[in-house]
Amino acid sequence: MPEPAVPKPQNDPLLRACTLAAIRGERLVFHDVSFSLIPGGALLLVGPNGAGKSSLLRLLAGLTPPIAGELLWKGENALDDPPLHATRVCFVGHHDAIKPGLTVTDNLYLTGRWTNAQVLAALASVNLEPFAALPARLLSSGQRRRLALARLALSAAPLWLLDEPTTGLDAASVRRLEVQCAAYRAAGGMIVAATHLPLDLPAAQYLRLGGTNTQ
Amino acid sequence: MKIFLGLVRRELVLALRHAGDSVAALMFFVIAASLFPFALGPSAQALARIAPGVVWVVALLAALLPLNRLFGADYEDGSLDLLMLSGMPASAVAFAKMFGHWLTTGVPLLIAAGPVAIMLRLNGDAVPQLLATLLPGTLLFSLVGGMSGAITLGARGGTILLPLIALPLMIPAVIFGAAGAVSPHPVSEFAMLFALLAVFFPLAPTAAGAALRAALA
Repeated sequence: MPEPAVPKPQNDPLLRACTLAAIRGERLVFHDVSFSLIPGGALLLVGPNGAGKSSLLRLLAGLTPPIAGELLWKGENALDDPPLHATRVCFVGHHDAIKPGLTVTDNLYLTGRWTNAQVLAALASVNLEPFAALPARLLSSGQRRRLALARLALSAAPLWLLDEPTTGLDAASVRRLEVQCAAYRAAGGMIVAATHLPLDLPAAQYLRLGGTNTQ
Repeated sequence: MKIFLGLVRRELVLALRHAGDSVAALMFFVIAASLFPFALGPSAQALARIAPGVVWVVALLAALLPLNRLFGADYEDGSLDLLMLSGMPASAVAFAKMFGHWLTTGVPLLIAAGPVAIMLRLNGDAVPQLLATLLPGTLLFSLVGGMSGAITLGARGGTILLPLIALPLMIPAVIFGAAGAVSPHPVSEFAMLFALLAVFFPLAPTAAGAALRAALA
């Protein structure tokens, strides 16, 4: 497996987080979180349960506002215009966002006006083509996860936010996701992923959360 | 605009596949209205007098039935996150869902309202005027009800809280709607109904959008 080529010497960070902090409920889940990502970069969020990995991903997606700090996209405040920022991210949260009554393909059609070929390619990327016409309620939890991940192939956003993407996936699917991530990064895409399970993203930065909160 | 139409289309597809919610609201409307002749007796005169008011009130209650699932279903399965990231402002997402509610609940109620009114012995000549008041009426149900649904999203006991917020807000619409349905010169009643629409058309999606963002935060 050849290593993905690091993109051209374009080393200005596209995404920069400066001393971000977030609260959940009444609790400060993290503070002073800073990092920056260049095109092709990847960041793995690690830390114990409740350390704020999901909260940070939701913050990066613009779903929750930070209580302190700034999120910069090309040097400008990214969260000033949430609808615009939303077009830059593809978010796969820990919920699969699947409608059980619809077929596997119809679940993908629900998210936009895709052509038949696009949807088939997306299903192929997660090896779900044999189940294309099956109602989604008959999928196993790993297959549901793969259907949620199929949305990555449909998205043209430059930043993927993945919340425990490999939960329930078999080894072959994890491998397929890693290859897909490598191709995406080689094309200049950026990834921020929270995971407990090993996910091989070469040359990824690590951000450890959870040093700050005491119960 | 393209994304907005996509969202409305999404609501229609989901309503067709999960048709139970809309059909249940329609069945509730017909059954609840048909209880009145049983309770009040079959006197045509008595029934015709109360028919417009009964249709209005029962249509309002029926329209509220699917509202707790309007945002709730998408909130629970994570779809609401994706909707908020669709590139539209939260208020536009909320409005698309309200419009979807009107298309899948308001329009069927409008279609059923005529036969139900005639079943309640309303004079056939009076039916078009009743439907004319229900047209802005059902739009108001969707706007105000959708706003209430967004506000109660994620709250414990949201199911019971929703009508407690929506019904008082609908009192002016019921007053002028039911009055306009029977008035011989209903100009002022219609003016009031459209004034209410003019208030809630910008207000309800904006408030609902803010409530959705708060619920997801």
